Amino acid sequence: MSHVDPSAPLEGGPSKEEERKLKRESRSQLVSFMFMIFITTTAFLTVASDIVPTGFAIPFVLLLAGIQVVMQLYNFMHMNEGSRWINVMIWAGLFVAAMTVAALAVLIGIDKY
Amino acid sequence: MSNSTASSKKSVLWDWLTTVDHKKIGIMYFFGGLFFFTIAGIEAMLMRIQLMFPEMGFLGEQTYNELLTMHGTTMLFLAAMPLFFGFMNFVMPLQIGARDVAFPFINSLGLWLFIFGGIILNISMLAGGAPDAGWTAYAPLSTTSPGNGVDFYVMGLQVAGAGTLMSAINFLVTIVNMRAPGMSMMRMPLFTWTTFVTSMLILFAFPALTIGLLLLMMDRVFGGAFFDTAMGGNVVIYQHIFWIFGHPEVYILILPAFGIFSEIISTFAKKRLFGYSAMVFATMIIGFLGFMVWAHHMFTVGMGPVANAIFAVATMAIAVPTGIKIFNWLLTLWGGRISFTVANLFALAFIPSFVLGGVTGVQLAMSAADYQFHDTYFVVAHFHYVIIGGSVFGIFAGTFYWWPKMFGYRLSESLGKWFFWLFLIGFHLTFFIQHFLGLIGMPRRVASYLDGQGFNEMNFISSMGAFLMAVAFILLVINVLISRKNTDNVQDPWDGRTLEWATTSPVQEYNFAQTPLIRDLDALWYEKMSGNGKMKAAEPLDEIHMPNGSILPIFIALGLSIAAFGVIYSAWFVIGAGLLLTFAMMFIRSIKEDHGYHIPVSEIKKDKGEG
Repeated sequence: MSHVDPSAPLEGGPSKEEERKLKRESRSQLVSFMFMIFITTTAFLTVASDIVPTGFAIPFVLLLAGIQVVMQLYNFMHMNEGSRWINVMIWAGLFVAAMTVAALAVLIGIDKY
Repeated sequence: MSNSTASSKKSVLWDWLTTVDHKKIGIMYFFGGLFFFTIAGIEAMLMRIQLMFPEMGFLGEQTYNELLTMHGTTMLFLAAMPLFFGFMNFVMPLQIGARDVAFPFINSLGLWLFIFGGIILNISMLAGGAPDAGWTAYAPLSTTSPGNGVDFYVMGLQVAGAGTLMSAINFLVTIVNMRAPGMSMMRMPLFTWTTFVTSMLILFAFPALTIGLLLLMMDRVFGGAFFDTAMGGNVVIYQHIFWIFGHPEVYILILPAFGIFSEIISTFAKKRLFGYSAMVFATMIIGFLGFMVWAHHMFTVGMGPVANAIFAVATMAIAVPTGIKIFNWLLTLWGGRISFTVANLFALAFIPSFVLGGVTGVQLAMSAADYQFHDTYFVVAHFHYVIIGGSVFGIFAGTFYWWPKMFGYRLSESLGKWFFWLFLIGFHLTFFIQHFLGLIGMPRRVASYLDGQGFNEMNFISSMGAFLMAVAFILLVINVLISRKNTDNVQDPWDGRTLEWATTSPVQEYNFAQTPLIRDLDALWYEKMSGNGKMKAAEPLDEIHMPNGSILPIFIALGLSIAAFGVIYSAWFVIGAGLLLTFAMMFIRSIKEDHGYHIPVSEIKKDKGEG
């Protein structure tokens, strides 16, 4: 007994609208993928080359990482579909975690204020 | 397709062990919580006997430490939370018009993990000493505590915590995905909203506890040095990790009670809840701010004045949304036709009691003043005021309110009033006096005190109040046992406003024969006022698909428990065997085809009395 999606239509191809949507999605997947590779390459080059000073390289690579995380979530992990609560909770969780880490690192870390 | 297993063919015990029905799971959570509540209450009694007189020799110091640790841990993790989970499980799906929760199997797994975690924690008392480092288990006290007590604490909470996390995720998905047609988020009853926000808090807070316990386990069992300063570890970081979990935890304990009170007050004032959207918003703000204030538990640890000030101000900010809620309850009561049932008495007593606890909370939030209050009985008085005056009153109110729905009989109101008054007086007698005990300098978590320090009379009065609470609780148990003949008027005894009162009592396995159509906030009340008093159906009468029960959750939980014992006694073979059992059961769950079964239309019609 193979796993058949019970909600899928049993015969016939996808509708015109469905086809257009699939096309759009596959194109956006490809473009995002190229962009991700480009960002990763940029990050590698930033670290590898002697032109970029270290003081700039670290925040720059972190910024690229942030962009990649968001793209990963929205383009490859389908966070733009489904319930808005998924967005609310992911971002709320990120915010809470960021505040906590910031407090621990800045306020009550090595230097106490 | 329909390999129907009618419940009539199963034995009662097998049915309850394998059930994935949210109502039965809720009832089991409820009784599990009640059982641990009783145990933790007895522990509290023993401590109050020890503190009745100065230099009392009733308990040894070590026993006292174990009792206070077990009292705190059991009351929070194994009594208050499961009791709320019981109500959430039973009521929340009914309130949103769902047939069941989103993940019935995971729901059942969460229940059994909680039960096994509670058993692990309490077995410690028979296995050479309970945990003795306080419910907070601060390092280095906990990392250097001899014996296996703290290991039991770590593993018991780890297992129970995993179950809690699963249940929370299940509730979140249920509320997001399983609402009946017309039930928008802003039409949900307040109890469902608080369930939602509480589950979010659990989702974000419990991982911190999991990590804290993991590091503690590493230090104690596997020779780690996270909290060993001699090896370059840091003990303060344990407090941070613990309270990053612990402060949201106290809001996890109070928000469901807020939800219960919102339901009860609007039901018994015969009015729509005043400021519904403000109530929802305040709940979310409280939940959010709960994560921003953890360090107010550590003002005296030496964080520095700027950090102390920031956390003090953030803490005081929580008073604002809480105040909004208090005033909304008062304005709901304002001009209402208030009926003083036991459930409503608890709700009415909650308001001043909880405000008292809130006032001392704001006092404690002033970091400079906290240097005086810290680790005195003032703190003990504060958190007992908010947890008993808030959470426990909420649990008792919910018990009297939903009992007819859950068990098909009404608890006696007259005996319930005796219980209420005795408990209320006992509670204030016990803890009001402790504010002053703390202010004149009695430290908390001490097994005894010397004569001639001015502590004698207040401690004696406090103990008397504790006995009064115990007597009251016995009255509640008697009430449960002798009220079983009150089986009339159980379907909608309070003239309810929300969907759970639109079902039969006890509730059918499938909750609603036809999914109801929600046309307004307080859906049932709207139908009573503008319709024919019955919910409109959102679908034609059709056969209902139900999930099959499963025995696997018990074995998954059992495997994890065996592994936990392996960790406690450092037996690698046992750890491996336990994990193997768990993963084997998970594997069976993954590959076994289980499509559930269908309840035919004829049976539904028979239940409705149309067959």
